[in-house]
Amino acid sequence: MSASPIYSPPTAAAAEAKESVVCAVCQASQSAASAEANLYVCPSCGAHTRISAHQRIHQLADPDSFREWDVDLEGSDRLGFFDTKAYVDRLDEARLRQHLPDAILTGSGRLSSIPVGLAAFDFGFLGGSLSTAVGERLARAIERSAEASTPFVCVTSSGGARMQEGVFSLMQMAKSVAALHRLAECHLPFISILADPTMGGSIASFAALGDIILAEPKAMIGFTGARVITQATYEQLPAGFQTSEFHHARGLIDKVVDRRQLREVLTQLLMVLSGPAGETGQAAA
Amino acid sequence: MTSGDGEGTASAQEMAEAWAHVEFARHPDRPYSLDLIQRCLDDFIELHGDRQGGDDAAVVIGLAKLNGLRLAVVANQKGRTLEERGRRNFGMAHPEGYRKAQRLFALAGRLQLPVVSFIDTPGAYPGVAAEERGQAWAIAQTLEAQLALTTPYVAVVIGEGGSGGALATLLADSVLVLEHAFLSVASPEAAAAILFRDAGRKQSAAAALCLEPDNLLKWGIADEIVPEPPGGAHTDWDGTAALLRPRLEARLQKLVADGFAPSRRRERYRRLDGLFKA
Repeated sequence: MSASPIYSPPTAAAAEAKESVVCAVCQASQSAASAEANLYVCPSCGAHTRISAHQRIHQLADPDSFREWDVDLEGSDRLGFFDTKAYVDRLDEARLRQHLPDAILTGSGRLSSIPVGLAAFDFGFLGGSLSTAVGERLARAIERSAEASTPFVCVTSSGGARMQEGVFSLMQMAKSVAALHRLAECHLPFISILADPTMGGSIASFAALGDIILAEPKAMIGFTGARVITQATYEQLPAGFQTSEFHHARGLIDKVVDRRQLREVLTQLLMVLSGPAGETGQAAA
Repeated sequence: MTSGDGEGTASAQEMAEAWAHVEFARHPDRPYSLDLIQRCLDDFIELHGDRQGGDDAAVVIGLAKLNGLRLAVVANQKGRTLEERGRRNFGMAHPEGYRKAQRLFALAGRLQLPVVSFIDTPGAYPGVAAEERGQAWAIAQTLEAQLALTTPYVAVVIGEGGSGGALATLLADSVLVLEHAFLSVASPEAAAAILFRDAGRKQSAAAALCLEPDNLLKWGIADEIVPEPPGGAHTDWDGTAALLRPRLEARLQKLVADGFAPSRRRERYRRLDGLFKA
């Protein structure tokens, strides 16, 4: 398949078409322009709305610094999968709607002038699920970051495995962890940011292996979804179960960061991690 | 056959065959890990605990020999009696079980013992306590521990290989799968619940997921299918062990003889799909 224009980023006109944005939590209304300026965080109640991979990169990378990797790397339907709809049709619809070849956008960029490898998952693309193409794009992004001697920053928003790719999806967990070893060999940091939601195979592989793990407020994070736990065990779920704050309190996440402070916190981290590392470090060479 | 009415493309016969395969793998009389360890390996000594405060009985670790070759062993363990099923949580591990496996991988590296794993789990335990103690983190760290292991490593899927919980002891240099075992991204029930919003359509999901071990061989995820005695492993535990033992030994001897590097194992899992050019 040729690199078709359907993967081009969404136009400003598409955003302007929506006149106002209503918060799903508190129903407060704001203009589309104000929502974008507020990074899609509700100014009234602080609820963080899920954003697309393109929006995420736009929010984090310095203007015009992002260079997308593997622009037309896409997967295929290995199992000839058909549930209530053919998987190939689901893929085509998602590609058109989300302006992406699959559920992750990767590339090089700068964050407050610091060169980084960047990856952002797109929940709107089949729930941000782990397909072979997502796993491959992620692994390549990790390896390219290692080659370029830059830190790697990944924002995950993923329901976990992509059922329609069966065991191939499962094996992407292994692929991502194998790739992360390259970064570790080069003593380069992996900053893992968990956005709503980060579940299943995604949190049980690369996303939990960040040297530093940040999470957006009230994001749902966990291995097994709450509904499945209730059905399987009839257990009462504690208050705030599987939220960012829940995991932070249990030592599993370094810091819960409001999206409006995320760039600043990342800049501080990257600043402290870059530059000469002292007598024992190799980075000064 | 693509009807577009939401029934998928599998015929009734394909669904029945796929479901029969799942039922074979879950048969209550099937030999579990300890049954095969006792029959395939010599001098097994079980060890206990993750050294961090827990000892999950859903995961068994220990030391053994196979024709003189020293081994470290890690296995999912289901229970057979009502009491044992509860104690072993039907082979579904909590974070302590995965940390116990990590301890075994570390021990194997420290003493340079080849590792053999036996996989037989519906998946990681889906409970509140498991989540509170970092189930996902424990599995992720176990994946990492396997890819860092510096000794030869053979995995055997003996029954159910469910989801990330199975992957925690699967990332070996050689993967063997018993004839009636399966590896799946999710249990057919869970897949049906996600895909059709109806766990009752598990037969459809089982067919769609292509669970037959031949596919794992074709796709390069498994290296060898281990035949079971006529009628299946549940009819003849000794016969099953007799078929498995020489194949396991041959795989281990080959890895030991060929020389070995963890970088090769990482490369295997990095390039697994065979879809994308390096």
